[in-house]
Amino acid sequence: MNYREYTETRRHREKLAILTLRSISLISVVTTIAILFFLFFETFNFFTTEMDDGGFVKPWDFLFGTKWTPLFKPQSFGILPLVAGTLLVTIIAVSVAILLGLSTAIFLSEYAPENLRRVIKPILEILAGIPTVVYGYFALTFITPILIDLSGVFGLNMIIFNALSAGLVMGIMITPMVSTISEDALISVPQHLRDASYAMGAKKFQTAFRVVVPAALSGIAASLVLGISRAIGETMIVTIAAGSTPNFTLNPLESIQAMTAFIVQISLGEAPHGSIEYSTIFAVGLVLFIMTLSLNIFGRWLVGKYSENY
Amino acid sequence: MTTINSGSKFKIRERVDKGVNVLLALSIFIAFATLIALIFDILSDGWEWFDWQFINSFPSRKPEIAGIKAAFFGTIWVMSITALLSIPIGVCTALYLEMFAEDTRFNRFIKLNISNLAGVPSIIYGIIGMAIFVEFFQMGRVILAGSLTMTLLILPIIIIASQEAIKQVPSYYMDAALALGSTKWQAVIKVILPQAIPGIVSGFILAMSRAIGESAPMIAISALVYLTFLPSSPLDRFTVMPIQIYNWISQPQDDFRGLAAAGIILLLIMLLSLNSFAIFLRDYFQRRS
Repeated sequence: MNYREYTETRRHREKLAILTLRSISLISVVTTIAILFFLFFETFNFFTTEMDDGGFVKPWDFLFGTKWTPLFKPQSFGILPLVAGTLLVTIIAVSVAILLGLSTAIFLSEYAPENLRRVIKPILEILAGIPTVVYGYFALTFITPILIDLSGVFGLNMIIFNALSAGLVMGIMITPMVSTISEDALISVPQHLRDASYAMGAKKFQTAFRVVVPAALSGIAASLVLGISRAIGETMIVTIAAGSTPNFTLNPLESIQAMTAFIVQISLGEAPHGSIEYSTIFAVGLVLFIMTLSLNIFGRWLVGKYSENY
Repeated sequence: MTTINSGSKFKIRERVDKGVNVLLALSIFIAFATLIALIFDILSDGWEWFDWQFINSFPSRKPEIAGIKAAFFGTIWVMSITALLSIPIGVCTALYLEMFAEDTRFNRFIKLNISNLAGVPSIIYGIIGMAIFVEFFQMGRVILAGSLTMTLLILPIIIIASQEAIKQVPSYYMDAALALGSTKWQAVIKVILPQAIPGIVSGFILAMSRAIGESAPMIAISALVYLTFLPSSPLDRFTVMPIQIYNWISQPQDDFRGLAAAGIILLLIMLLSLNSFAIFLRDYFQRRS
């Protein structure tokens, strides 16, 4: 084999290798197509499978109905109770994450000396790495008893499975994520803005809250949007601690059912393929998917916005 | 008069400044205290149950003789196959996107799509895995279906981590290899990839520790099963540790709570050792280079 033939075959082989890599990278695209296909296909089945009473679920009733009883007769498929349950827990979680995550981020970027940062960052990483089933256990066996005692003091009636406990613990769970993204945004605010503020005689808290935080606002907003998306898609904490009663309520002391918790409830019972219970989880999944996807796209757009500015 | 006024104003501001500092530190203290409370809660509930009998027994209706053996081996099975599938796919995709892909609209779409996939809730992967592997390909609720689902779930994380690791390799490595007459392929495989391996490995271990703790998608695949045998092939039914823990949590008796806590202790020990291993590897590679 002469040199020319050698380089020719080598070039061919390498082209083939790169082509292989390229086709492997298409697996991620195929995954997306499969997710979309099965969500839409089974949702279509959901609307075309007979209910117990022989009728079909109308899309309008599904999206705006306020009664969710897929497992009893008469069956009713109004998703609003599940959406309300998810939103209730999410609002509580995000309130906690704003308080804890944002102040952690401000403390880390504006106040904490380097050695303190080196202690705090690993704590956040540990919190971020704890499996959600563990958080669920913690909510049910530690936070809920405390909350029930507290509500007794105030004369309130609290149920063991409640939205508040799940929401508080979920807030702790998303705190590391909110604080990491916010801190990145705060750190990327140029030093000269801070210097200018100090030169005007401002104190540290004035510089932090009136100069640095406003300058990093889009990044902070992004951290909250991505945190909300995480909270909406989170499954085990709400399944374990928030109950499985699809109440159409915004009372945090009551038992609710989140969208994800409903999917788990049906999955546990091995719903037979082709039944309306089976396709219901995909219809709920599609709503969940659309909610989290749009929040993620919006969140990343916000992140891109602040990194453009400086 | 004005000087006294501005003086007291100055003092107030000084106090507010200190107060804000304390408040912010307090929020970190709350996060820290929660972590301590969580660990304390689990250890105090589960420590008396955590023994060799627990690790070496099958689940049972009697809490005294119940254990986590089946779930532990299920986790090992699912994770091993997931690792075998996800490493090659993830690294190949990252190599293609970082080193070979031209900046076309379609390739930008692939990259954007991967970060979107990373944000899809895990339960969605679970029901999609159930629809594709369990129902469409008729595999049934077996280990292989679980591993394939888990692979789809952690692929975006592995790809993004590997891309970051490849980006970190200084561009003069590439230039030097090309200047010595190597082709681009040789440069990438023999020069860039070895340099990126520490980053790829630690990203991979982080993805695995996320996967070990995932309950929701595995519940969709495996549902609730009562297994009193160890799986012997990828086509056997299985359960994993988070499902077993969830199962015990949902029992009303207190003794099962203790078992759940003991299971959590074992899960956390596994995660801790995985992460320490990742840190050890990173330090080892850093010292070598």
